[in-house]
Amino acid sequence: MSLIELRHVSKRFGWLVVLDDVSLAIETGKSIVIIGASGTGKSVLLKHIVGLLKPDEGEVWFDGQRIDTLPERKLMDVRQRFGFLFQMGALFDSANVAENVGFPLVEHTHKAPDEIREIVQRKLALVGLPDVGKKMPAELSGGQKKRVALARAIALNPEVILYDEPTTGLDPIRSDVINELIIKLQRELQVTSIVVTHDMNSAFKIADRIVMLHEGHIIFDGTPAEIQKTDHPVVKRFVLGEASEMELAEIGKVAGTAPSPPIREIEGK
Amino acid sequence: MPVGMIERVGRNTNNTLAAFGDFCVFVARTILWIPTLFRWKNLRLLFPQMYEVGVRSVPVIAVTGAFIGMVLAIESHTTFKTIGQEYRLGSIINLSVVKQIGPVLAAVMLAGRIGGALTAELGTMNVTEQLDALRVMGADPIRYLVVPRFVACVLLTPILTIYSDLLGVIGGWLISVKFLGVPDAPYWYYSAQAVDNYQIFEGIVKSIFFGGAIGLISCYKGFTCGAGASGVGRACTESFVMSFIAIIILNFFFAQMLKEIYIAVYGIKGIF
Repeated sequence: MSLIELRHVSKRFGWLVVLDDVSLAIETGKSIVIIGASGTGKSVLLKHIVGLLKPDEGEVWFDGQRIDTLPERKLMDVRQRFGFLFQMGALFDSANVAENVGFPLVEHTHKAPDEIREIVQRKLALVGLPDVGKKMPAELSGGQKKRVALARAIALNPEVILYDEPTTGLDPIRSDVINELIIKLQRELQVTSIVVTHDMNSAFKIADRIVMLHEGHIIFDGTPAEIQKTDHPVVKRFVLGEASEMELAEIGKVAGTAPSPPIREIEGK
Repeated sequence: MPVGMIERVGRNTNNTLAAFGDFCVFVARTILWIPTLFRWKNLRLLFPQMYEVGVRSVPVIAVTGAFIGMVLAIESHTTFKTIGQEYRLGSIINLSVVKQIGPVLAAVMLAGRIGGALTAELGTMNVTEQLDALRVMGADPIRYLVVPRFVACVLLTPILTIYSDLLGVIGGWLISVKFLGVPDAPYWYYSAQAVDNYQIFEGIVKSIFFGGAIGLISCYKGFTCGAGASGVGRACTESFVMSFIAIIILNFFFAQMLKEIYIAVYGIKGIF
């Protein structure tokens, strides 16, 4: 049985249809990567899985329970089984790193402060940052912020970790560190990972399965090996990073609207 | 009338009603979470907010209160002197300070100082997904962020109002007696004649509701602000404007209601 299931989910924001009749089943312990161009609804899909957004149509199921109809208070219990790494980390500015990582433990457990400190230290060590506990989020680099946010996401030992563009804004080396970390957590904690990204290097490295979203629909669902052999033109272009004729024509349109005069001509006036 | 205009009016009405409905739900959820504040785990969230709302507002409230009293003394003195009643100056200054101008101006100052800060803080948390992060970690942002701020506003606005009133009374006395030469004893005698416990109580009761309105409106605006820095900036402006309007409307209804109660209990009483 699937751990997470989206059944015919549709979501609109005003007139914009972001998800259109999307169905997706995710197995326990697998690492699934959702790819797609910016603005195709990847993050929206992720937020449906954890109940941050409710579908206009369709159903969201987690561990045999329909969660899109649950009231907020009941959803809170379900959410404790998830860890979520936000795109920009979403660390609390007013709290230091240790307080950020310890937050879910303070909120949901009755552990003593010493025990919480010990767990926080262990989680920070797991993401390779054992000495930053006393720092404020503003003192960390982009990559460090994501690793601290990851330590916070795994504080309660979740069954599922959702990653929203974990490598966006990082240099290739830092991106690789995050990729390795995702693989390490997957292996050591035996969690189900759902990663939203448009970084194909990252997708190939992490994924057991890749799903591609395009204009609100799933247009590809297969293994990393299968995506490299696909003939689907949109998927192929995305994997190779090539713009379509239409996208290139848009640039031409912009360039053709108002030709700027040569610099020498302006200087001569 | 063009169809486009009717459509626009309809859409705006619809959006306004939907926003008001959202605000009512927000208020109801805040009130429902209040009992949980009295657990130690949540109570610790209240003290930093009380410091922020209360202690850090003291200077601005002190200046506002003192200058209200002093300006009232200067403005009223000439009029009272022309009719030979300047020794009754204390009655009008202190009555105005305690009943109307003191609570309203203190609340307006708080709406600017606290309201702007709360909206900016929560708005920034909203646009940087920190509110979503709280939800994902199973913590209701209303319980964690709004309830302590709301309760701090409700508890401390009346205390700050009393402080503002006190400084207004001292400011009025200082200018009237020490600079304008009004005799000390009649000044206090007629003040005591005009201001009774009910009027002091009236100002304090109103300020509790002013504080509640400031807390709820500021937090709501932060929670619903648009994306980016411009979204947060716009939310801060809207928060102050809405709080200000709420204060003057609440003041009007309280003035009418409390006057009726006063007349029913004590009858009509003049200040001369």
